[in-house]
Amino acid sequence: MLAFLVSAIRLGMTFLLGSTGETITEKSGHLNLGIPGVMCVGAACGCYAEYMYFKAVGAAISPVLAVIIPLIASLLGGGLMGLLFSFLTVTLRANQNVTGLAITTLGVGMSEYIIDEASTIFTKGSKYFTAHLPFADDLGWFGELFLSYGVFVYLALIIAIVTTYVLNKTRVGLHLRAVGENPATADAAGINVSLYRYGATCIGCGIAGLGGLSFIMDYLNGNWEYCVDAIGWLAIALVIFTVWKPNLAIFGSIIFGALYIASSYITGVSFAGKELFKMLPYIVTILVLVVTSMRSKKNQPPQALGLPYFREER
Amino acid sequence: MEKPIALACRGITKTFGRVVANRNCDLTVYKGEILAILGENGSGKTTLMNMVAGIYFPDAGQIFVNGEEAVIASPKDAFAYKIGMIHQHFKLVDVFTACENIALGVEDEGRFRLSDVRKKVIEITQRYGFIIDPDKRVADMSVSEKQTVEILKVLYRGADILILDEPTAVLTPQETEKLFAVLRRMREDGKSIIIITHKMHEVLSISDRVAVLRRGENAGTVNTADTNAADLTEMMMGQKVELNIERSEPKNPTERLKVSNLSAVNEEGRPVLTDISFTAYSGEILGIAGIAGSGQRELLEAIAGLQSVQEGSIEYQDPKTGKLEDLRDKNPIQIRDLGVRLSFVPEDRLGMGLVGNMDIVDNMMLRSYQKGQGFFLHRKEPRDLAQTIIEDLQVVTPGASTPVRQLSGGNVQKVLVGREIAAAPTVLMAAYPVRGLDVNASYTIYNLLNRQKENGVAVIFVGEDLDVLMELCDRILVVNAGRVTGTVDGRTAKKDEIGLLMTKSHENVAGEGEQ
Repeated sequence: MLAFLVSAIRLGMTFLLGSTGETITEKSGHLNLGIPGVMCVGAACGCYAEYMYFKAVGAAISPVLAVIIPLIASLLGGGLMGLLFSFLTVTLRANQNVTGLAITTLGVGMSEYIIDEASTIFTKGSKYFTAHLPFADDLGWFGELFLSYGVFVYLALIIAIVTTYVLNKTRVGLHLRAVGENPATADAAGINVSLYRYGATCIGCGIAGLGGLSFIMDYLNGNWEYCVDAIGWLAIALVIFTVWKPNLAIFGSIIFGALYIASSYITGVSFAGKELFKMLPYIVTILVLVVTSMRSKKNQPPQALGLPYFREER
Repeated sequence: MEKPIALACRGITKTFGRVVANRNCDLTVYKGEILAILGENGSGKTTLMNMVAGIYFPDAGQIFVNGEEAVIASPKDAFAYKIGMIHQHFKLVDVFTACENIALGVEDEGRFRLSDVRKKVIEITQRYGFIIDPDKRVADMSVSEKQTVEILKVLYRGADILILDEPTAVLTPQETEKLFAVLRRMREDGKSIIIITHKMHEVLSISDRVAVLRRGENAGTVNTADTNAADLTEMMMGQKVELNIERSEPKNPTERLKVSNLSAVNEEGRPVLTDISFTAYSGEILGIAGIAGSGQRELLEAIAGLQSVQEGSIEYQDPKTGKLEDLRDKNPIQIRDLGVRLSFVPEDRLGMGLVGNMDIVDNMMLRSYQKGQGFFLHRKEPRDLAQTIIEDLQVVTPGASTPVRQLSGGNVQKVLVGREIAAAPTVLMAAYPVRGLDVNASYTIYNLLNRQKENGVAVIFVGEDLDVLMELCDRILVVNAGRVTGTVDGRTAKKDEIGLLMTKSHENVAGEGEQ
C-alpha cells in the first residue's frame, strides 16, 4: 500500500507540473492543446542537455549541475514551444485549437528527433534527480511517504503553491485573470493583453516542459520512452478536473497518479482490463466537467478561453 | 462670479471616412456643474465624448483641461487628466468582485492588497451614498449595480470630470433617481459631470446647463433654468416640430384577445405571471406599464407561444371567421399564422428579431421563407418589401443589401417593426419599441402603431415612459411583480395614479379583490 501511494505521488507530481503550466496558460485565455508536445520537447531537451553535460565533463560530475542544467534546458525548451504557440495565435492570429494540436504533433516529432536512442546516461543522470534526504530511510513510513522523493516532487509542490498565491493575491495575478476572462475590459483598463498572453503561455509551457522531464528522470528512473504525450493529455484533463485551481491540483494529481497505476497493483486483471483502468482519469474528468457546468457558476473556465482578442474587432 | 472652467473643447472636428461626426465643435464644462448633452441619434454626442476620453483622436481642434491644452491619445492619458467615462456597454469582468474590477489596471505604489482597495472603495461609497456590496461578484449584480461599479472605477482612479453615456437607458425610474442623487452629491463635491441622454425630462431635472448638438455641431448651450422641452427640441431639430400623438377614438372595438387567469413560472420555478386577466380589443392600443422586469416580457412571450403557461387561457377571436381559438394549444408558428405578431424589441435589439450579419432583404425572408415552395430562394418579394419599408419608414441605409448590424439603432427598429406590420397582423405586440431612439424616430414608431390601430389591429404596447403611454394608449394595464394591479383609461389617468399602481404590492390587490 505504501509503495502504491509513493508511486502515485511520484507520477502525480509529473501531472501536477503539466497541469500547473496549462492552468497558467489557460488563465490568460489561451487554450493550449499543445501541452503534450510541449512536455515531450521539455523532456527531450532536458535529457539531451544531461547527455551533453555528462559527455563534456566525463567523470567529474557535479551533482548540483547534473540537476540544474537539464532543468534549465527543459524549461527553455518548453518555453520556446510556448513562444511559438503565442506567436502563431497572438501575432499571426491562428486558431488556438488547431495551433495547439499542431504543436503536439510537432513536439512529439521533435522529441523523437532529439533523442534518437535511449542512452544509459539518462539512468545515470536520473540518480541525481531521485536522490533524497539521507535520513528519510530511518523514519519508517513517515520518511517513505513524505521525504523519500527526489527534487521534482518538491519542486512541483512549490510551483503549484506559488502559482496559486500569485494568481489570487497579487496584482499580476489579478491582471492575468482579467485578460483570460474579458480581454476587452483588461485592454480598456490599460493592461497589455498581448504581453500577458505571451508571458503566461511561455512560463506555463516552461513549467509543463519540466513535467515532461520529471516523467522520464523521476518516475521512469531515466528509462526513455516515447509516451510523454500521454501524460500531457492527462495533465490537460487534470486542469479541468481541478477546475483551474493549482492548489486543488495537488490532490487531484495524486488521485490521477493512483488511478493511472492502479491496474499494475491489482492482481488478476486481464490486459484489456488494465487498459480500461487507465481510462479512469478521463472518465472522472468528464464527470467532473458535467457536474461543474451543471451546478456551479463559480468553477467555470476563464470566459475568454480559446477566444482570440484583437482590439480592432471590438 | 464665474466658476473655473474644467474642460473646454475648441473647434473639434472628427470624420470617419466620408461621414463627418463632429464639425468645428465647441464645448465648455465648468467645475462643479452637471452639463447635459442633448442631440438626436448620430448628432456626434458620443463621438465628441469619446475624444475627450481618449478612445478616438480628433482630426482637428484642441482640448483644454483646467485651462491647459491636453493631448489625450488613450484612455490612460484621459485618466492622467482625471477624466473618466462610463460607457453604455459596461466593461467589467463577470467573475470578479466589485473590488477586483475596480483594482484592475491601477498601478498603485507598494504591495497589492485587496483589503486596501476595499477600504478605499467603501470610503468612496460612503462619501457619495452609493449602495453596493464590494465583495459581490459582477455576474450576480443587477444592471444598476454594474453601473455603480463602473462609476466607482472611475472615481477610484481619482477622476474629477465624469462622462456618462446614456446612463439611464437601462435603469428603472427609481434607480435613475438614486443615480441622480449620487450625481448631485458629486457636483457638490466639486466634480464636473457630463451626461449624454435622450430623455428630455431627465435633462430638465438633473442638469445645470444643456449643450445641444445638431449634425456634429454645437447648436447652442443654455441654462436649464431658462429653457423648456419645446425650446430644446427646436434646437435639436433645427426647426419647430409638433410632438403630438394623434389619438383617435377606437372604431367599433370588438374582443380580439382574451387572457384569463394566466399564470406562468420561469426556469427556476419562480412565478413570473400570476393570475393575469385582460382583454384586448381591435382598433385600440392597450398599454402595459410597470417597472422593468414585472413580467411584461413573459406576458407577451406567453401570448406568442414562447413561454410555457401553467394555468389560464388565452382566447383569440378570429376577425374573419369569428371563431374562438385557444392559443395555448398552438405552437409559435401557428399563432403567427393566425395574425398574432410579436415585434419584440428586447434589451438587445438584434437578439430576438433580426440577424445582424444578414441584410434587410434576408431579414425579411426570415419571416416568409416557410411559405416558399421549391428548393431555391425567391428573393424578389422580400426585396420589394424591404424597398417599401425603407421608403415608407425613411430608413437611413446605403441600400437594401446592407447588413442590418451596420444600421443605427433607430433604423434597425424601423426595419423590425416594419416587417411585422407588413404581415398585416390582427394583434401587434411591441415591447419597448422606442428604447434608445431619438425623438424623431420615436414618433415615427408611434405613428406606425397608430396607423395599425386605425386599421383595426389590436395593438399591445409595452412602454417605459409614462408620458408617452398616457398620450398614446386608449387603456393602460398596470403590472407589478407578475400581477395586474389595475387598468386605467389612457385619456383620464393621472401619472401618480399609475405610479402608485406600479409599486402596489399584491397583498393590497388581493384585499381589493375580496371587497
